[in-house]
Amino acid sequence: MQVALFVPCYVDQLYPQVAMATLRLLERLGLEVVYPQNQTCCGQPMSNTGCWDDALPLAQRFLETFAQYEYVVAPSGSCVAMVRNHYDELLGGQPGFNELKNKTFELCEFLVDVLKINQLSGSFPHQVGLHQSCHGLRDLRMGSCSEIVGPRFSKPKQLLELLDDIQFSELQRDDDCCGFGGTFAVSEEAVSCMMGQDRIADHLQAGTQILTAADMSCLMHLQGIIRRENHPIKVMHIAEILAEAVEPGSMKSVAVTEAGKS
Amino acid sequence: MSSTQDHPAKAKAFVANNERAHWHDKALWFVREKRDRMANSLPEWETLREVASEIKSHTIGKLADYLEQFEENATKLGVHVHWAKDDKEHNRIVLEILQSHDVKRVVKSKSMLTEECHLNPFLEKHDIEVIDTDLGERIVQLRDESPSHIVLPAIHIRKEEVSETFEEHLGTEHGNSDPKYLTEAARGHLREKFLGADAGITGVNFAIAETGGIVVCTNEGNADLGVSLPKLHIACMGIEKIIPRLNDLSVFLRLLARSATGQPITTYSSHFHGPLTGGEMHIVLLDNGRSDLMGSNEFRNSLKCIRCGACMNTCPVYRRSGGHSYSTTVPGPIGSILAPAMDSKANKSLPFACSLCGSCTDVCPVKIDLHHQLLTWRGELRKRGQLPIDKWLPMKVGSWVMRSPSLFAMVGSIGRFFLRNMPRWMIYHGLNSWGKQRELPEAPKKSFRQLYNEQQKNKPQAGDKNNE
Repeated sequence: MQVALFVPCYVDQLYPQVAMATLRLLERLGLEVVYPQNQTCCGQPMSNTGCWDDALPLAQRFLETFAQYEYVVAPSGSCVAMVRNHYDELLGGQPGFNELKNKTFELCEFLVDVLKINQLSGSFPHQVGLHQSCHGLRDLRMGSCSEIVGPRFSKPKQLLELLDDIQFSELQRDDDCCGFGGTFAVSEEAVSCMMGQDRIADHLQAGTQILTAADMSCLMHLQGIIRRENHPIKVMHIAEILAEAVEPGSMKSVAVTEAGKS
Repeated sequence: MSSTQDHPAKAKAFVANNERAHWHDKALWFVREKRDRMANSLPEWETLREVASEIKSHTIGKLADYLEQFEENATKLGVHVHWAKDDKEHNRIVLEILQSHDVKRVVKSKSMLTEECHLNPFLEKHDIEVIDTDLGERIVQLRDESPSHIVLPAIHIRKEEVSETFEEHLGTEHGNSDPKYLTEAARGHLREKFLGADAGITGVNFAIAETGGIVVCTNEGNADLGVSLPKLHIACMGIEKIIPRLNDLSVFLRLLARSATGQPITTYSSHFHGPLTGGEMHIVLLDNGRSDLMGSNEFRNSLKCIRCGACMNTCPVYRRSGGHSYSTTVPGPIGSILAPAMDSKANKSLPFACSLCGSCTDVCPVKIDLHHQLLTWRGELRKRGQLPIDKWLPMKVGSWVMRSPSLFAMVGSIGRFFLRNMPRWMIYHGLNSWGKQRELPEAPKKSFRQLYNEQQKNKPQAGDKNNE
């Protein structure tokens, strides 16, 4: 099984260790991982600002860069949501676009839905606070959100629960937004920071030692506040936790065996 | 309405009183949690939302037909039906009805539509006293403010402040802010107003095409009292309030109060089918931009709104910035869609008063794709040339840089170099909004691209891979 790594632009520049952890994790699962060198940015900042004309060439580049691969995987729910839910307006009807949409996955989704990972041997003896990033939660439905009536689930948590000795924080608000919101973080700075401070206060009262999420952008904002205010919380992307906890070659599932064969 | 201040500035002022902003956030979150408990008590909740959304889609698609049917049936019940193109015509119609009956004092139950038309100041200018009889609305009226929420108009006011207002206007005891005491005082005060009124004005929650009847939902019974004592009843409604059949009402009544306040149903769901004996009943149907929305593929869904306010209660921005920060009659997510439809230039900051978290879309009982519409508005503002340069220019430059992987890598490495090596005062200054309350990320020496390519170079040859 061949996977193309889609690394969000700001992760490439500011959090290379998150992309490295994703790469290591996927390689340990026996996958052939490539990093297409032509990728830059998916165009989400432009489209979220209303500048669809500026997003178009980037979406076009994305399609050209990734169309040839079997799977495209990114350690970001938000950027994958851009491809899956918002590219229609830019690329709808273009050859290869529907296929691209259907084979682009956020990392946790890919592990749970495609690889069907149900066993991980690794230990992470810390209390983890899981921040449910909004685009992953409500655009990709990586978990159940508190507004919708129905069965409760969370793909990121499902993966973390496979690790030994891990503990989870009980939050007062399970899925309130952190306040990052892309350019919102700057244009509505006051509200954005208050939202972030409130999330952190919730994690502090719950005893979070490691704050994690499937989106580094939320964590960048929260980490910025944590560092400014000197709170005793460490921030790690979920890929970093999984990669650190898991020993090489220890992940077993049907899909992995198949992937190993191919 | 004329001079609209930007949302970020007003929000900043609200947040500056941190203790109060947290109190506001908690008060609304409490309502949101009540709503969650109520929604979860109905296993069929998501089906109800779907059905409600479909009924509304159907109705909007055939609105002209249903409006005609409603007018015909209401007329048969003895109701005078009026059509108003805009707020001015609406106010003129209401004034003419009142003047023809020589009305001097009006009691009015909660109606966001009359707020939208600024009916109160208009009637007062013509020497007609208008008393809002909903407790929350009466509080904001006495304070000469506007509602900050469509269901909880005085949610931004604390009981101690209500006590001060009532002491000044109703002569209540100094310092007594017991809610029960204050409510009793308001009740006594309003009772006199009800008894002295010449006419009652109400809003409309639902108008049923099949029967010609209207339904008004209140928790205080003030709509009933306001139109039972005076002989003249004027009901003001937007044309989107129509539902086809009486049977459809059951779907909406189950959703409305649960979504709005977390109650199974409003205390009073009052049905009106014509005037009192010897009285008169008028219904004013207002367009005011609604038919324009009906013709818009992007924003038509916003007409499904049943004004429950759930999107406000859940919105993390609304909860922390307060309703007045939107400078509109209807604040919050739905208001940020409706207001630009009326005047996109004046309200251009509202579609950006949103982190695109999507909670509003999932809480909405009629499944309006609220956060998608807000995103669509941003694109529409760009098309109309109404985005400020500080929003579009960085995107243009960013797009240009990102069209070339090598240029992106170069700009990135220069940026990281400066971030690592510049003295703190050159990074954290007044122009750096990010850095006011947050640290910037620690810039690594190498990007992922660099690390990956180095790793690839040092990797054993492909042929060796199987032996690893």
